Amino acid sequence: MATKASRSAARLMMAPAVILLLGWMLVPLIMTLWFSFRTYLPLRGGDQGWTGFDNYVRFVTSSSFWPAVQTTLIIVLSVLIITVVLGVLLAMLLDQPMWGQGVVRILVIAPFFVMPTVSALVWKNMFMDPVNGLFAHLWRFFGADPVSWLSDAAMPSVIMIVSWQWLPFATLILLTAIQSLDGEQLEAAEMDGAPKLKQFWFIILPHLGRAITIVILIQTIFLLAVFAEIFVTTGGAFGTRTLSYLIFQRVLESQNIGLGSAGGVYAIILANIVAIFLMRIVGKNLDN
Amino acid sequence: MGQIQLKQVTKSFGDVQVIPPLDLTIQDGEFTVFVGPSGCGKSTLLRLIAGLEDITSGTIDIDGVDATDLVPAKRKLAMVFQSYALYPHMSVRKNIAFPLKMAKMDQAEIERRVNGAAEVLNLADYIDRRPGQLSGGQRQRVAIGRAIVREPSAFLFDEPLSNLDAALRVGMRLEISELHERLKTTMIYVTHDQVEAMTMADKIVVLRAGHIEQVGSPLELYHKPRNLFVAGFIGSPKMNLIDGQEAAKHDAHTIGVRPEHIDVVESDGLWQGTVGVAEHLGSDTFLHIHNTGFGEMMTVRAAGEVNLRHGDKIHLNPRVEEIHRFDSKGLRIA
Repeated sequence: MATKASRSAARLMMAPAVILLLGWMLVPLIMTLWFSFRTYLPLRGGDQGWTGFDNYVRFVTSSSFWPAVQTTLIIVLSVLIITVVLGVLLAMLLDQPMWGQGVVRILVIAPFFVMPTVSALVWKNMFMDPVNGLFAHLWRFFGADPVSWLSDAAMPSVIMIVSWQWLPFATLILLTAIQSLDGEQLEAAEMDGAPKLKQFWFIILPHLGRAITIVILIQTIFLLAVFAEIFVTTGGAFGTRTLSYLIFQRVLESQNIGLGSAGGVYAIILANIVAIFLMRIVGKNLDN
Repeated sequence: MGQIQLKQVTKSFGDVQVIPPLDLTIQDGEFTVFVGPSGCGKSTLLRLIAGLEDITSGTIDIDGVDATDLVPAKRKLAMVFQSYALYPHMSVRKNIAFPLKMAKMDQAEIERRVNGAAEVLNLADYIDRRPGQLSGGQRQRVAIGRAIVREPSAFLFDEPLSNLDAALRVGMRLEISELHERLKTTMIYVTHDQVEAMTMADKIVVLRAGHIEQVGSPLELYHKPRNLFVAGFIGSPKMNLIDGQEAAKHDAHTIGVRPEHIDVVESDGLWQGTVGVAEHLGSDTFLHIHNTGFGEMMTVRAAGEVNLRHGDKIHLNPRVEEIHRFDSKGLRIA
């Protein structure tokens, strides 16, 4: 970007992308803000005008609001913990030289290519179905009563499905990080008298610090908006109603666009609070 | 403390034997240098001694105790790696303290030893920095510091200077030699640079394809190379090797004359040729001589400045008593 001409050419080239992105983000955002201040019931009279902060007050005071926030945070945190811990272990396992490494790596990454809806359906019908599911057969094989996963253990089931979806992502990022570790550092640690476990704790884990923060950051952004897995499996019942699912219900099931939009604004605020925290941690971690 | 003895040690990777049976004794307190072209197995040999690779057969004794199956940490050896292998997320102090912390030494003793090492190596100014903030030479010092705090019975150096620039390399070379003088600990040093080997070693081990070609003091190797390989490898510039008729005159298959053992004379020299490139170093001039009639180009070292140009005719006299003679198998004829 040295000359004036190349600078303006660069701006011109970037303009379409920037305009598209701005449009894509700003139009829905402004519409959400607009609707959140109006009484808008599509099947019961349509747009009925200005209501001020009524929608905001109603959304927060509703008995489903705080449980939904709690559910969202529980899902995000549990999935993060599971994917990071298992991801580190899997990454170390995959880093070992072994027969059929290429195939195994592709298999491990495969779940990430399955659409959330599809994977949730597969889990629901093939594994967790209390009559025909594989788990039910397994339980019966050992003489136990099959568990109706999606009603009796709805949250653990959803967390399991979402974790299964995101584990490959974490594994992949952490695997590349592990591969960038200088082998001589581990050998030096071995010479220094550090057993395997301490090598992991003092050398490998600090080396992965940066990759782990990136995994947490990216996953959090997507996990806050988890929807398909809940829609397909429990439909928000049995304590699995997250904030985004609650908004969906307000808009489509209650046909109250104003109320749903107010919820959407809350979701934006929540996501930003989380993002600010994360950015601080990541910023610290990426600095050194 | 610090005698290392290798008995019939071999190492194979799969079907490839990189170290054929090898015997070697390194005496306590000796500065031993393994030198050879890249891929000669010198680093592998060092890693076998360190315990980072398992030996395929044979035994390694350290201080008279069989250490063949001991894990690296139990061998009481400390290693300085080519990449330094410092822990990037720890400060210099923590890096140096790491082996002591692993040995569960008490905090006061760790403190004392780290400060001692910092003093010896002049690390005090940057002891709380991270390795990423240090220059190559400083990192090298930290790596050595991490090795000396353990007070090992021997130090292993794996091409420690190859990542430094030329000026720094000369400086660190001196520092390591000084360190050896002070600590009197056994040191094994791997390098492909024969200058490092000649300047630092008490004993040089010349390796080729896993074989030991010759073991001896630097000057032994210089004056009495056992075969053509050692003759060509030790000394800079390389020894001139001549075979054919000229060699037959000396009852040898090949004769070798070092560039510094050939005198430039005005006329009536034993050998003649034309000057090619002349490298003026100030203290010496290296002349590359063509058309000597021996096939290969010859290098001659003339002291001081020599006023010769490309294409000049030149007369040369080798010092007969300094001619090395080799038989058809490349072995030295005494």
